[in-house]
Amino acid sequence: MFTISDTSIDADDLRRQFANDRAGAFVTFEGWVRNHNEGKDVLTLEYEAYEQLCLNEAEAILHEAKQRFSILDATCVHRTGALAIGEMAVWVGVSAAHRGAAFDACRYIIDEIKLRLPIWKKETYVNGSSGWVNCQNCASHSSNHSHDQSAKIRKGDAAAPVHQVGSK
Amino acid sequence: MKTGSKKIHIQYFALMREERGLSTESYETEATDAQQLYDELNKKHGFSLTSDRLRVSINDKFEHWNHAINENDRIVFIPPVAGG
Repeated sequence: MFTISDTSIDADDLRRQFANDRAGAFVTFEGWVRNHNEGKDVLTLEYEAYEQLCLNEAEAILHEAKQRFSILDATCVHRTGALAIGEMAVWVGVSAAHRGAAFDACRYIIDEIKLRLPIWKKETYVNGSSGWVNCQNCASHSSNHSHDQSAKIRKGDAAAPVHQVGSK
Repeated sequence: MKTGSKKIHIQYFALMREERGLSTESYETEATDAQQLYDELNKKHGFSLTSDRLRVSINDKFEHWNHAINENDRIVFIPPVAGG
């Protein structure tokens, strides 16, 4: 199951929902808000999501994970709204009979979530500037220099996932 | 309403929302596909992102740029994402 939350993620509560006598492994990933990005000191940040498309796309990702890996259950929660440094932005949990599948599926889910979900992050920096990550730095590059910069970042089929630069 | 023209609903997020100055609008267009629609809007509003940096969603589903636009469709232009 995938949900979007505009309040703090309660990892303990999520973990309890995985109780299953058939599970021998439980792997989680937590994405936290860090205090720097691409050389700049981050003060605060804000996530915005296109909720209905997120729900559709995330359900597809979780379904793919269940088909590819031998897992019992998988859940993901993503925050929206204003977040402080150190707060949890995303939580992924996967249970399986064995650890290999749980690790692999957890990695698959967070990688696809980052690549495919329509979620945007606006960072405000200590120096007072702010910008939408992956949008504005690149946009200013392409207007200052040439469109080659953006072509490097975004190539290929129109309906294919947007290739991302930078990651947690 | 002119022949071939249709009313659609556009939703804007993140950088697109800030540049358009609103979150949603109903819009009448003769554009036949998503690419034509974006080109038309971009000419009016001068967005900073070219369509090769965007994806397009029609009725809550990712579609190709040559996907047809129909009456009452909900269209969203998706800027580069940064979740996770």
